[in-house]
Amino acid sequence: MEKKTRRNFMKTLGASVGAAGVLGGGSLLSSCNRVEEVAGDKITLLTSSGELVVVDRSQLKPAELPSLTENQKRGRKGLPGRSWVMVIDLSKCRNARECMKACQSHHQLRPEQHHINVLQMQDSEDTAPYFMPKPCLHCDNPPCTKVCPVNATFKREDGIVLIDNERCIGCRFCVAACPYSARVFNWNEPRNAEKYEGVTYNIEANVPQKKGTITKCLFSADRLREGQLPSCVSACPNGVYWFGDKNEDAVTNGTTKETVSFSKLVKDGAAYTLMKELGTRPRVYYLPPKGQVASPIEGDHS
Amino acid sequence: MQKIESPEESRKALNKIVSDLTRSILLKDELTRFWFFILIMFAGVGLWGWTLQTRNGLGVTGMSDYVSWGLYIANFVFFVAVSLVGLLISSVLQLLKISWAKPVSRAAEHIAIAAVALAGIIIVMDMGRPDRLINVFLHGRFASPILWDLTVVSTYLAISVLLFYIPLIPDLALMAERMGPELPQWKRKLYKVLALGWHGNDKQFKTAYHALRVLMILIIPVGLSIHTVTSWLFAATLRPGWDSTIFGPYFVVGAFVAGCSALIILMYVYRLRYGLKDYYTDMHFDRMGKLLVLVSLVYLYFNINEFFVPVYKMKLAEGVHLKTLFSGGYAFMFWFAQIVGLLLPILLIQLKFFRKPLPLSLISVVILLSAWFKRFLIVIPTMEHPFLPIQNVPDSFHHYKPTSTEIMIMLFSFFAALLIISILAKLFPVIAIWEVAEEQGIDKKYLSEKSKSQ
Repeated sequence: MEKKTRRNFMKTLGASVGAAGVLGGGSLLSSCNRVEEVAGDKITLLTSSGELVVVDRSQLKPAELPSLTENQKRGRKGLPGRSWVMVIDLSKCRNARECMKACQSHHQLRPEQHHINVLQMQDSEDTAPYFMPKPCLHCDNPPCTKVCPVNATFKREDGIVLIDNERCIGCRFCVAACPYSARVFNWNEPRNAEKYEGVTYNIEANVPQKKGTITKCLFSADRLREGQLPSCVSACPNGVYWFGDKNEDAVTNGTTKETVSFSKLVKDGAAYTLMKELGTRPRVYYLPPKGQVASPIEGDHS
Repeated sequence: MQKIESPEESRKALNKIVSDLTRSILLKDELTRFWFFILIMFAGVGLWGWTLQTRNGLGVTGMSDYVSWGLYIANFVFFVAVSLVGLLISSVLQLLKISWAKPVSRAAEHIAIAAVALAGIIIVMDMGRPDRLINVFLHGRFASPILWDLTVVSTYLAISVLLFYIPLIPDLALMAERMGPELPQWKRKLYKVLALGWHGNDKQFKTAYHALRVLMILIIPVGLSIHTVTSWLFAATLRPGWDSTIFGPYFVVGAFVAGCSALIILMYVYRLRYGLKDYYTDMHFDRMGKLLVLVSLVYLYFNINEFFVPVYKMKLAEGVHLKTLFSGGYAFMFWFAQIVGLLLPILLIQLKFFRKPLPLSLISVVILLSAWFKRFLIVIPTMEHPFLPIQNVPDSFHHYKPTSTEIMIMLFSFFAALLIISILAKLFPVIAIWEVAEEQGIDKKYLSEKSKSQ
């Protein structure tokens, strides 16, 4: 449907430099703007992050940009052999909200739309309040995918629950079914809709967002494909998030980049999952908020 | 009733029945025109609201990421509920050979057809991407209750139309034959075409009876499914207030209460407007009243189960939900529905006086209003109280307040339903002529005669 020539792609890219990071092929070459040609074999390019790099001309290849159907196909399959998990260390969260900001800019979300939401919790009157970042929990028994009438939301092999907003009919049954309020709807025109016009839909980032369809946290599946940590994990300044592959039994801290054993981390830390009695079997584990005391939220909108 | 034997008496009696029951079709006055004008105007305004909504997105409604189902879904449940009266009156009571229910059954089908058609339409109006409706057929997943709902709603509509149409065929042939020049030519033509060459011989009647019987039996599982599946849209989730095992029967019985009250109101309107005192007699209202008490008692039983058991336990999230219903923001609606809409009618209708046409119809209006309240209470409060706190969102996300566009579209659904009922009532007799004749002992052979008086 939206097969693009390289030239067109470059044009779109130029119009939405801010969005460049989210576009399909995030490799160096695919996200470069050519600024100057030098005689010989070298060429100077401007990367999406604003750096000038010199590359050998022979290395230039057309950007690998999967078509919409290919993109959706591989997006539905997931990354083979992976089993993504997240561990959120509540004792570290200081409500910096960098995760929310990074997420909203990555996924083209309006200020009131949260793929990840830092909630102020208090379990009982006697216990201390604490901050709890809440992404989609990517349940292994997901109530949301069960009720979808068109298979627009589905569970991938690597554990991620994804959305195909090219197919979603906007019935919002999944919103009703999710006990964690993880799903948000595009009630209006999405943020910066005009900037994203004509951009090929990337199912793994759910960008561009579409009016009248659902969106939610996807563990930044597009970044995972490129070997990067999810946006929220990388953005956290306090070392709250650990993310990794359960099959490898390894999780990496987004702040310190330290990699540890997943099983050891959750066992030693007495990790728990949210509302486990519902039987949803989340893939997001929480380490208890020991020592963390939430001060009243600054600029709280609630 | 005395059997009419002589041919003259039979013909006379039949003429009277035909002229009484076709009065509604010939009626042409200011009130009719005004009524249709009002219906079409409001339905039109609502449709305009829908075009606004499709253009600007569901953001024009009061719904948000937390209360993501609002008036539309409440209305959908209400319409499905009301439509179930078709199953009760024109199938269950007929199969039980309860003869007083015969003249009522066509009016019940009016309600069933209009309500279930609008239920189907309103669900499309609730969709964020109605343009992608086709995806349900292209990529339909049979694990989703929405697919089941779609299947049964369309099947129920189809069977209801047939249950309306097949008993109408003898009437169509009879009217095309017997009615005088006051009947517009296009209507006569329409009747002739729709009568499908009906002559009224024994073989045709036998086929019709057989078909009706099959349909009456078929509609029972379909009808029960339609509302059970509708209840599963809620009960299949984990949310407090919806996570209930009795939702299926609770919805079905509630539907009978809503449907019976709607039918009583419609009977009263037909009786008054079309002068049908001799056909919808006090006896019919009396019996409908008793039926209403019966279904209301069963509904009361389910209500006690649905609310008393969780109140006794007061689980955390369930408790928050129940508190808003019992003493919070929805207390008025809740207690109105339970006391004024359920308890009081049960007590009052047991008195003979309140089973008279006017008092019973007035009570029915209150019951129908409560039935709508109840559907609102089933859908919205649960969504306002998710398990996790609602934070970092605008204030408007905490409480659901329908917008004017939403109310416009809701009005569309009501007026469109009334429009369907009104068109059916204007186009065809509201009571089966041949069934009344049969009931009075007029032989079938007179039905196919040309009227002598004309």
